[in-house]
Amino acid sequence: MNGINFNHLKRRNFIKKATLSSFATLIGSEIVFGSKMFEGYQPIALQDPDPFKMFSKNKEMIVLNDKPWNIEAQAHLLDDKITPNSAMFIRNNGLIPENIDVRNWTLTIDGESVNKEKTYTLNELKSKFKEYSYQLTLECGGNGRSEFNPPAKGNQWTVGAVHCAKWTGIRLRDVLDDVGIKKDAVYIGYHSSDVHLSRDPYKEPISRGAPISKSLQEETLLAFKMNGKDIPLVHGYPLRLVAGGWPASVSGKWVNRISIRNKIHDGTKMTGTAYRIPCEPVAPGDKVKDEDMCIIESMPVKSLITFPKSGATINEGKSLNIRGHAWAGELVVSKMEYSIDFGATWNECQIELPVNRLAWQHFSTSINFPKKGYYEIWARATDSQGTAQPMILPGWNPKGYLNNACHRIAIKVK
Amino acid sequence: MSQEEDFRKGIKEIYHKLMLFFSLFIIAGAFLLLYVLNPNLNVFNAKENNYVETPVIELDEDRVENGIHVRTGLISADGLMIVVNNCTNCHSAKLVTQNRMNKERWNATIRWMQETQNLWDLGKNQEIIVDYLVANYPVEVVGRRANLTDIDWYELKD
Repeated sequence: MNGINFNHLKRRNFIKKATLSSFATLIGSEIVFGSKMFEGYQPIALQDPDPFKMFSKNKEMIVLNDKPWNIEAQAHLLDDKITPNSAMFIRNNGLIPENIDVRNWTLTIDGESVNKEKTYTLNELKSKFKEYSYQLTLECGGNGRSEFNPPAKGNQWTVGAVHCAKWTGIRLRDVLDDVGIKKDAVYIGYHSSDVHLSRDPYKEPISRGAPISKSLQEETLLAFKMNGKDIPLVHGYPLRLVAGGWPASVSGKWVNRISIRNKIHDGTKMTGTAYRIPCEPVAPGDKVKDEDMCIIESMPVKSLITFPKSGATINEGKSLNIRGHAWAGELVVSKMEYSIDFGATWNECQIELPVNRLAWQHFSTSINFPKKGYYEIWARATDSQGTAQPMILPGWNPKGYLNNACHRIAIKVK
Repeated sequence: MSQEEDFRKGIKEIYHKLMLFFSLFIIAGAFLLLYVLNPNLNVFNAKENNYVETPVIELDEDRVENGIHVRTGLISADGLMIVVNNCTNCHSAKLVTQNRMNKERWNATIRWMQETQNLWDLGKNQEIIVDYLVANYPVEVVGRRANLTDIDWYELKD
């Protein structure tokens, strides 16, 4: 079972009840209307205000939003090759589902383009299909939004809405093979058990998806495990669609239904301006009509210096070891460079091949500084098609997606 | 024993029982208060859990400190309570305070929330809300790439 998080929620209830009865003992009688008093009302003293404990996150994670929960990492927290839960960003569009009943959890495959609707229990999925594990890079489409000018609305992510964990599960394509999909299938759309912010049961907080071609890739999983353990509740327990290299919103959490569509899926956050950029480039601040916005697919090339943490002071004459990760959506990073003179000169550094397709790649190097002073180390990755990260912000877009400008850290040599 | 004495004794007994009851009541009250102020009941490390900005207790729900409405983190200015009452029911005030938009875009955002997120008609309050937002959370022009700021300098050991 999903230990920490679940227990935590349950424990709250226990404390609530225990508190109530201990009050009663103290006062020597039952609290009249006691049960009424607590119904649907979390007394302020009993609220759990600590998201770091609740989600098992590093205390240096940044809380952008607490309703819904949105939390990001800082670059130096992402130093591990495989991101641990403690440093994984949290992005929610709605409220985290409560009271998940794993024993009765099912996944239904339906839609215009299935031969016949079919429902599986979790156990059926686990026993019927072969299991695979991949390290998959998931980056929020809005990672880096905070830098856009004019500013874009939404959570103001800086650099930390990306992670690469190891996901274990079954291939979506094996399930779709078993169900049988029609030739006219175009897109898949997921449906989940999270709750709309307005608590309107007829509204879905998010229901996105991917074209059939992406859905049939070997690495597109229906995952049960993350880093070898049950997926933490906030990251999609008990079943998550994981589609590496694409905006992380494609990787639906708490999935209980997947619709095979004969057209582009039109669920919440698929239409309008959500997770879309102008089909043709626009000037900063331009108005763009909905019909001129195109869905984001593969994420662009990007990199992050994860060591040292920005702000390091070193002595003159010392060399500095740096390291980090680079990724390129569906592509591979073929070149990694750094600059200590604001891009006037670039030096190439070692970059490892990805452990599997769609996993981020690790770079490291040692840097010598010519004299004392203030420096910035800028990192620049180039993908296998020759496209590099820009030093300044890439094309402005109304919702502030896809900022893959070079990451930089500040260093002082004294 | 005379009847009067009996009666007096009875009164005394009731008096003592009442006193006992009230003392217990006060003690229970004190515990309750302690529990409310320090829910973990760990008197010695009370400071330990203070790493979240969200206030655990708000005795005065709408307390303002240093110009900030403590419960929501919103700037205290004209229109504050109308913003609190209309804009923090469904989502956190953090979604408001981290954004910078002009009048037109705030209005468009409100329209979007009404069309898709079940936001109610704000009536005359809409103007008050939007005025509050553009006055207190104005758009800052940062150009195509800003300087690194808030650098936390430290000595890097080998």
